[in-house]
Amino acid sequence: MTLTLAMALILALASLAAAGVALATRSRATAVLAAGLLSLFASVLFVLLAAPDVAMTEAAIGSGLTTFLFFFVMGRIRREGRK
Amino acid sequence: MTRNVLIAGLLVLLGVAFWTLTMGYAPDAELNRTAAYYAQNVGREIGAPNVVTAIIITWRGLDTLGEVTVLFLTSSIVALVLAQSKAPKGASGSGFLPSGELLTTGTRMLIPLIALLGAYVLANGHLTPGGGFQGGAILASGVLLALLADPGRRFGHALIARIESVAGLAYVGLGLLGMLIAGGFLDNKVLPLGQFGAMLSAGIIPIISVLIGLKVGSEFASILSSLEETEDA
Repeated sequence: MTLTLAMALILALASLAAAGVALATRSRATAVLAAGLLSLFASVLFVLLAAPDVAMTEAAIGSGLTTFLFFFVMGRIRREGRK
Repeated sequence: MTRNVLIAGLLVLLGVAFWTLTMGYAPDAELNRTAAYYAQNVGREIGAPNVVTAIIITWRGLDTLGEVTVLFLTSSIVALVLAQSKAPKGASGSGFLPSGELLTTGTRMLIPLIALLGAYVLANGHLTPGGGFQGGAILASGVLLALLADPGRRFGHALIARIESVAGLAYVGLGLLGMLIAGGFLDNKVLPLGQFGAMLSAGIIPIISVLIGLKVGSEFASILSSLEETEDA
């Protein structure tokens, strides 16, 4: 029980730190990566809370698809700005 | 100045709200009535070891149909909006940087594994964690990887649309079949429950989760590929 609690606390702090990085950083790529990392921490937290189904959705959509969607769109904007 | 004070005040309010919520939280000693019913009767009525998927697909099957419909609307609207600026064949993708040796080789190795994992999660939705939605998202991430490695690649929209509509029609058709020969719309007893824990058991849950997975996967794939195929304005 205490081990789970300690891990959950560490994960919560790490998620907060990732969210802080995503807000504070000047680089857009770092911000997107930090948001993806936050999702990844959240999905590990869901596993700890005995919700593996939610964790799978969060990992696949939150940290996988959304992160890459951001990079997709950012690459497109950059290419259009170059024209 | 006033703006910063306002922001700080709002943050403090939010913090107080969350703090009181967290401090006042006491875990329930026992399941509430609905949850207790689900937990007690899942073996007898549904016959699926994974209670979550059993609830999502049978007792709450209509909600799942609604969710899948929302996703279908999203992908149709994305395709509709982006079809206005569709690039001519082979024209888009020229402005992309080459994706690099590592990504190309890694993709070739990973895509079969991702597809296999997606199929496993789909087919075992009633036994192990996962199910239609998760498996579909895993399949779609394979498509995403293929698009990242080769941005010029084109997927057959006709094929994706056909998979999507056949899966959707079959889902609704199974639901209607439940009204005819079992207890109601999306009722589980269309097929026999079978042996508890076997691969082909728990009524129509495996079939429906495969259908949902195909539908979700093709919807995500269609969103991604229509995003990819737009012409640079």
